[in-house]
Amino acid sequence: MSDQAVAVNRGGPTDKTLRLDAWWVEPAVTVGMLSTFLIYTTWAALVNEHYYAEPYLSPFYSPCLSTSCMHVTLGLFDWPLSPAILILWAPAGFRLTCYYYRKAYYRSFWMSPPACAVRDGHAQYSGETRFPLLMQNLHRYFFYAATLVVLFLWWDALLAFSFPTADGGSEFGMGLGTLVLIANAAFLSLYSFSCHSCRHLCGGGLDVLSQSPLRFKLWRQVSRLNENHMLFAWISLVVVMLTDVYVRFISMGYISDVRFF
Amino acid sequence: MANDKYETHEYDVIVIGAGGAGLRAAIEASAAGVKTALICKSLLGKAHTVMAEGGIAAALRNVYQEDNWKVHFRDTMRGGKMLNNWRMAQLHAQEAPDRVLELEEWGALFDRTKDGRILQRDFGGHRYARLAHVGDRTGLEMIRTLQQHAVHKGIDVYMECNIQRLLKDGDRVCGAFGYWRESGKFVTFKSKAIVLATGGVGKAWKFTSNSWEYTGDGTTLAADVGADLIDMEMIQFHPTGMVWPNSVRGILVTEGVRGDGGTLRNSEGERFMFNYITDYFRAETAETEEEADAWYEDKTNNRRTPDLLPRDEVARAINAEVKAGRGSPHGGVLLDIASRRSAEYIARRLPSMHHQFKELADVDITKEPMEVGPTCHYIMGGVRVEADTAATTVPGLYAAGEVAAGLHGANRLGGNSLSDLLVFGRRAGLYAAQYAQNLEGHPSPDADQIEQYAQELLAPFNNDGGENPYTVHMALQDCMQNLVGIIRTESELKKAQTEIASLKERLAKVTVEGHRQYNPGWNLALDLQSLLTTAEATTMGALERKESRGGHTREDHPGPDPDKYGKINLVLRRKDGELSLSEEPLPEMPDDLKELFEESK
Amino acid sequence: MASEFTMRVWRGDISGGEFKDYRVEAQEGMVVLDVIHTIQATQAPDLAVRWNCKAGKCGSCSAEINGKPRLMCMTRMNLFEPGETITISPIQTFPLLRDLVTDVSFNYEKAKSIPALKLKAKEADGTRRMYQDDVDRVQEFHKCIECFLCQDVCHVIRDHEDNKPEFAGPRSFVRLASLEMHPLDEEDRREFLKSDAGLGYCNITKCCTEVCPEGIHITDNAIIPLKERVVDAYYDPVVWLMNKLTGK
Ligand SMILES: Cc1cc2nc3c(=O)[nH]c(=O)nc-3n(C[C@H](O)[C@H](O)[C@H](O)COP(=O)(O)OP(=O)(O)OC[C@H]3O[C@@H](n4cnc5c(N)ncnc54)[C@H](O)[C@@H]3O)c2cc1C
Ligand code: SF4
Ligand code: SF4
Ligand code: FES
Ligand code: FES
Repeated sequence: MSDQAVAVNRGGPTDKTLRLDAWWVEPAVTVGMLSTFLIYTTWAALVNEHYYAEPYLSPFYSPCLSTSCMHVTLGLFDWPLSPAILILWAPAGFRLTCYYYRKAYYRSFWMSPPACAVRDGHAQYSGETRFPLLMQNLHRYFFYAATLVVLFLWWDALLAFSFPTADGGSEFGMGLGTLVLIANAAFLSLYSFSCHSCRHLCGGGLDVLSQSPLRFKLWRQVSRLNENHMLFAWISLVVVMLTDVYVRFISMGYISDVRFF
Repeated sequence: MANDKYETHEYDVIVIGAGGAGLRAAIEASAAGVKTALICKSLLGKAHTVMAEGGIAAALRNVYQEDNWKVHFRDTMRGGKMLNNWRMAQLHAQEAPDRVLELEEWGALFDRTKDGRILQRDFGGHRYARLAHVGDRTGLEMIRTLQQHAVHKGIDVYMECNIQRLLKDGDRVCGAFGYWRESGKFVTFKSKAIVLATGGVGKAWKFTSNSWEYTGDGTTLAADVGADLIDMEMIQFHPTGMVWPNSVRGILVTEGVRGDGGTLRNSEGERFMFNYITDYFRAETAETEEEADAWYEDKTNNRRTPDLLPRDEVARAINAEVKAGRGSPHGGVLLDIASRRSAEYIARRLPSMHHQFKELADVDITKEPMEVGPTCHYIMGGVRVEADTAATTVPGLYAAGEVAAGLHGANRLGGNSLSDLLVFGRRAGLYAAQYAQNLEGHPSPDADQIEQYAQELLAPFNNDGGENPYTVHMALQDCMQNLVGIIRTESELKKAQTEIASLKERLAKVTVEGHRQYNPGWNLALDLQSLLTTAEATTMGALERKESRGGHTREDHPGPDPDKYGKINLVLRRKDGELSLSEEPLPEMPDDLKELFEESK
Repeated sequence: MASEFTMRVWRGDISGGEFKDYRVEAQEGMVVLDVIHTIQATQAPDLAVRWNCKAGKCGSCSAEINGKPRLMCMTRMNLFEPGETITISPIQTFPLLRDLVTDVSFNYEKAKSIPALKLKAKEADGTRRMYQDDVDRVQEFHKCIECFLCQDVCHVIRDHEDNKPEFAGPRSFVRLASLEMHPLDEEDRREFLKSDAGLGYCNITKCCTEVCPEGIHITDNAIIPLKERVVDAYYDPVVWLMNKLTGK
C-alpha cells in the first residue's frame, strides 16, 4: 500500500493507535479464512471433475445447467467449460456484496480501518459512494439469485435420499452424505434468510409494522435470525466447503460414504 | 451604554439554563416572535433533565378514567404538606396533559397502552397511575425532543457559557454577564427580559444525585439582584440512592423500581414501611402485604403500598431503620424487585437501572436486591414567582423549573418536576416575551458595573498561597451533609452557620492555578460563591422553621405546627448585601378548591 | 482496598501537548472519572474534563482509555491490574480545546441540517395512536445519549478530515433512522441521506456499534436499513426501469 494514511493532527495524540490489546488478530484470522476459502473454491470450481458421487452433487456445481454435466439438474445447453461458472456468480456475488462480508474484508484486506480506533490504511477514502463500490447496492438482486440456488440445494438434498440399485433402478435410503447435504442446505438457508436485504424486503421498509401483521411477523423472525448473520456467514462458508470436500473425496475414492439404510 | 470591551450580544429574551424548563421557555418565547437566546453552562442536552428517569406526571386518564386535574392537584398539595402555592398547583395539574401531548407532536415516543395511547405508571403519592414514561429514561426523551424542536426552530444556543452576574438598569434587569468555559473570556448579553432556568443546588451536599452544575447559580443570581427566595429549607432527600461502592454513593435509583413492584426490606427481611404509615396517609395506604401487592393490579379495591408513600416519609423511615441497626451491610436498606418480578420484566421496564447496577456495583438487579439509602435530590424552595406569569419580584426577571419555588411546597412528588418544567417553562417564556414586547427602548447595562464584575471574577487568580477550591468544596459538602441533612436540630444548624461563615472567608482567599481556558479549578472557585449563598439560605430557613414538615425535619420540633408555620413561607431577601429573613402568609386557597380536601376526610 | 495506578493523561490544547503521568490510589468501586477527579483535587486543579451525571446518562465524559473510546464514568478501575499504567486521551476526531475536552460542535452542526419531523394529520377523534410494536424499533434509537463516541471512532472522519463536510456520521444516522421509521412521520429523507448526509461513505465496518455505550445496534438497525431504503429510491434497477417506463 503506497498511500499510507497520514495522521490528522487535532491537538491530541497522533499515534496510529493507543490500543494495547491484540487488535490485529481479528483481521489476520479473517484474511486467513477468506483466502483459504477463495483459493479452494476457485480451484474446485475450475477443475470440472469429481463433483458428483451418486446421489450427491457438490453445492459448487448445483444447479448443473450444462447438458454435459456429470449430473444434470436442468440441461439448458452444452457448455464447454466448468458448469460451476454458470451458477457460481450468484452465491459469489451474494457473499461479495453481503453487508457482513463487506465489513470483514474492508477491515482485513483493505484495512479501512483494520480495527476500531486504529488508523485507516489509506489516505483517501470515498467509501461506497463511487463505482465500483457503488455496486454494493445491488445486493438484493444477488439475494434473489442466491435464494434460487438454495432452493436447488434443497432439491439436491432430497435427491440424496434416492440411491442407485444394482438393477439400474433406485431405492430410498440415507447416507452420511445425505445429512451433509441437508446441513449444507440448512446453513445456507439460515445465511440467506438472515440477510439484511431480506429483512428489509420482509417488512423493515415499512414505517407502520402493526398494520401489516403478516409482514410484521416475518420481519420479526428474520430480525431474530439477522442478529446471528455473521455466525451463519461463517458456518455456512465452512460447511459448503466441507460438503464439496466430502463429495469430492467419495468421488475420488479416498473415502466411502456411510450408508445408514 | 455599555462599552463593548467584552463580546456582546443583544436579545429580547435570554433564557439561562437549557434543561426542560429553559428549553420550553425558549421555544415559547421564540414562537411569540421575539429574538431569543438560550444559554447553558454544559453542552446542549446534558442538563439535569436528561437524567430524570421515572416519568412525567399528568392526568391524561389513559390508564385510569377516574383521574382528573383535581385529583392530581389534591395529590400535589397533600404531598407538599399544603405549603404549596395553590394556584401553581392548580395550573400545573390542569395544563400538564396538554404539555405532554405537545411533546408527542414534537417527536417524543412514550411507552404505549394496548390501544395506542400514552402508557402511565405508578409513582409515590399519586393516587392513580399517572406518569407518562419511556422505560426509565423519560428525561432523556424529554430533553432530546425539546432540544431538537428548539434547534429546528432556529433558536440561538450558547453552550458552555457560565452566567455569573445579572445586570440591572434601575430596578429592572437588562442583561447578564458571564464567561465562556472554552476560552475563559467574558461575554455580555443585553436583554429586555431574562428567564432563569438554572436548576438546583444539590452539589452543596456530599451524597447527592445531582451533577456539578447544581450549584445554586440561579437562586444566587436572583437574590443578588434583589429577588425574593422562599422555602429554601425545603430540600428533598430521595429515599433511594445507591450506597455502594462509595464512589457512586448518591446516584439515583428511580422510584419506578417501587412503582413497578419493588419493595423495601430491612436486614431482617421485613417490609418495614408498614411500620411507618403516618396518620396523614393512613386512610389511603394498605395495611397488609396482601393488600399492598394486590393494589398493583387493582387500584379500585385496594389501597396503595406504603413503599410508595411520598419521598420525605420513605427517606425518614430508611434513616430510622439504619439508625436502629437494621440496615444493609453498607448502611442502607434493601430494595428488592428480583424476587417479585420476572427478569424479563425488570430488564424491559428498568433497563438503565439494570445497566447502572451491573456496571457500577456488580449487582444484577434481576437476581439480587439493591442496597439503597437517602440522597440529596431536589430543592422545593427557590426563587419566588407569581403563579400565572412566572415573574419574580424583579421586573423583567422570570424563573421556571427547579430554580423556582412554590409548586411543590414542602415536598415534591415524583414526576411532578418534569411536568413543572413544561407547564411553567412555557408560561415563563410566554410572559417574558410579552414583557419584552411591551418594553420601550434598548437594554443598557452600566459599563462600570460590568468592569467591576469582571474584576471580581478574576480575583481567584490574584490570590497567592491560598487553598485549592476543591478543598473548600469538600468542606462545605461535609458540613451540609452532617449538619443540614435529613434530620436537623438547632445546635447543629447553628454550627453549620458558623462553619459557612468561615468557609466564606476561606473562599475569599482561594487560589487557582493555570490560565482561564477551560479551567475547572477557576470555574469551581466561582461556583462556590453561589453554593455558599444557597447553603446559607437553606440553613437560615431551616433554623427558623421550628416544626417538621415535608423536606424539613427537626429533631427538636418533631411535629408539624399547623397554626404558625403551616401558614407561612419563609422569605429571604438581600438587604445591604446580607440575606434577611421574613415570614409571609401563604396565598389563600379559594373555597371551591378547599372543598377537595374536606370531602376526602 | 486501595490500589495504586499510574494514569497517563493527555495535557495540551490545539497547538499540541503531551502525556503526563500521575500516580493515584484508587478505592474499591472507583471508575476512571473518579480517578481523574482525584487528580484534579490533589495534583492538577486545572485538568480539563467534561462530565455531568457520573452514571452513563448524559454522554459528557467521552474519552479514549488505553486507545478505546469509552465513557470515563462507566469504566471501572477493577478492569485494570493494580500497578498498571492507564492511558487517557481526548477523543481524537474533534479539535482539542484543552486536555480531555474537545470541540464537538461538528455534531451539533450536523444535527441542525437534518430535516425535521413532519407528522401526518391526527386521528378523527383528535388523538394520536401509535402502537408499541411500531414504537419499539424507534425507541432503541432514542436511547442515544449523544456521547459522540460513535462519531469519534468512525474512520470516515477520524482519519479523513476532508470527509467532514460530506459525512454526517453514525450519530446522525441513528437520528435519521428514528425519524424515517417514526410511525407517523411523512417526510422522505432518502435524498438527504444519499446526497447530504453521505450515507454511502459508511462502509459498515461497525466500529460505531462496538463503542456505543447504550448498546444501540447502530449499523444493523439504523445504517443498513437506511441503506436499503436508499436502494429502494435510487439503486434498484427494476424500480428505476419501471419509473423510466411509466415516465415518473
Ligand atoms: C437522577 C435524577 C432523576 C430524576 N427523575 C425525575 C423523574 O423521574 N421525574 C421528574 O419529574 N423529575 C425527576 N428529577 C428531577 C428533575 O429531573 C429536575 O428537577 C429537572 O430536570 C430540573 O430541570 P430544570 O430545567 O429546572 O433544570 P436543569 O435540567 O438542571 O437545567 C439547568 C440548566 O441550567 C444551566 N445553568 C445552570 N447554571 C448556569 C449558569 N450559571 N450559567 C449558565 N447556565 C447555567 C445548566 O447548564 C442547565 O442547562 C430527577 C432528577 C435527577 C437528578
Ligand atoms: S459502520 Fe459506518 S458509520 Fe459506523 S463506524 Fe463504520 S463506517 Fe462509520
Ligand atoms: S449512538 Fe451510541 S455512541 Fe453514538 S452518540 Fe449515541 S449513544 Fe453515543
Ligand atoms: S447476505 Fe449478508 S447481508 Fe445479505
Ligand atoms: S458523566 Fe454522564 S455519561 Fe459520564
